[in-house]
Amino acid sequence: MSPHGNPEVPASSATEIDRDAQKVSAEPEASASTTPRPAVDSAANQPVETPAEGRNAWGLWEVFVRSSRGLSHVHAGSLHAPDAAMALRNARDLYTRRNEGVSIWVVPADAIAASDPDAKGSFFESPQGKDYRHATYYTKSEGVKHL
Amino acid sequence: MIPQTPETTTGHGDISTGVAAPTAGGDSNASATRITPGNALRPEDIALEVRTGLTKPSEDIAEYALRLGDDALILAQRLGHWISRAPELEEDVALGNIALDQLGHARSFLSYAGGAWDKSEDDLAYFRREHEFRSVQLFEQPNDDFAVTIARQFIVSYYQFELYRRLTESTDATIAAIAAKAVKEVDYHRDHSAQWILRLAGGTEESRRRMIHGLRLMWPYVNELFQDDELAQRLAEAGAAVAPSSLREDFDRLTGEVLAEAELEVPDVPAAPGGGRHGRHSEHLGYLLAEMQVLAREHPGAKW
Repeated sequence: MSPHGNPEVPASSATEIDRDAQKVSAEPEASASTTPRPAVDSAANQPVETPAEGRNAWGLWEVFVRSSRGLSHVHAGSLHAPDAAMALRNARDLYTRRNEGVSIWVVPADAIAASDPDAKGSFFESPQGKDYRHATYYTKSEGVKHL
Repeated sequence: MIPQTPETTTGHGDISTGVAAPTAGGDSNASATRITPGNALRPEDIALEVRTGLTKPSEDIAEYALRLGDDALILAQRLGHWISRAPELEEDVALGNIALDQLGHARSFLSYAGGAWDKSEDDLAYFRREHEFRSVQLFEQPNDDFAVTIARQFIVSYYQFELYRRLTESTDATIAAIAAKAVKEVDYHRDHSAQWILRLAGGTEESRRRMIHGLRLMWPYVNELFQDDELAQRLAEAGAAVAPSSLREDFDRLTGEVLAEAELEVPDVPAAPGGGRHGRHSEHLGYLLAEMQVLAREHPGAKW
């Protein structure tokens, strides 16, 4: 089911609904009530109540949009939707209103594993100061052509 | 209609960042870093053509454009009422988008129609009285709950799609051009309503009950959509319009497919008497117009 990935294909007919699309349970006690945000902090193991508990049982989706001149899909934001088919449509309505895109991906937010911001040091500081990993570190040896 | 929608008041050139002047329109002068509004047909283009005398509709064509414009205008006003009131923020925006699509169609049709009588889109929208509106009664029916609105959207979008699809081949170039722009938008409206029909019908007991109720409330107004009259017949024979009755078969088939998939029945309800095309409206239109027109009438010519 890729109704809006191809601008040549008009909006899909209703028969294209993906009935097996991931559904979010309407039960407030179910796993849907834990925060669907990527587990970015140590408290994420605890079930965190979503706002408007019970009323809003829709899952969170992350939206990626490819612009007509862009090569890759870029994260545009997030939204709530009951399933993938509606998430695509909501994404179209929320993130392509001003002619921003020609293709949309939606991903359940809890399917994204994110790095831990508290672990920034051990994760990302190691490359700092390692100039030798950049081409500019090296001086060109004499007589080398085509560099 | 300009004061009504922030989206349209800003004008073509200001819609996005980075577009320097209102002349920057199409993709030709677009860069990789800025978003352009695109170069589709705009109501302003039609108004300009009419104003400069480049195009002028015949009396019949103007009357026909007025009908389609009024349909879209009344629906846009109805849908706009959902903004900030929809069940979810996402749906709020979806209904707002659909309302703006309809408002765009209305502006195009009314701008064109006005050419025959030297009137602007605003003259036609804000300074006509209830019996002068030519919309069919379905469009003015109240929003009620979300399922009722979806039922109305379902009927409207499947009807408009069949209509505009055929009108793209109208012998009247402006009608054909407006239809060509509108049909793609209405195609999405079809999808939107069908998705919700399926979900509400297949959701909880409560949502299914409301969906059935909504369809029963709206279905009496289906008949009027497909009633022929002299004007429609005359224009259809000339190839400028389509006879409303000729849309019925496709409408019944396609809506029937969705309803069958949702395990819903086509409501068995008597048809309302209709008469909107000749200015006979249900009790709801007067209130709608009062709200829509009050500002323009209190402060004629006001801009903000």
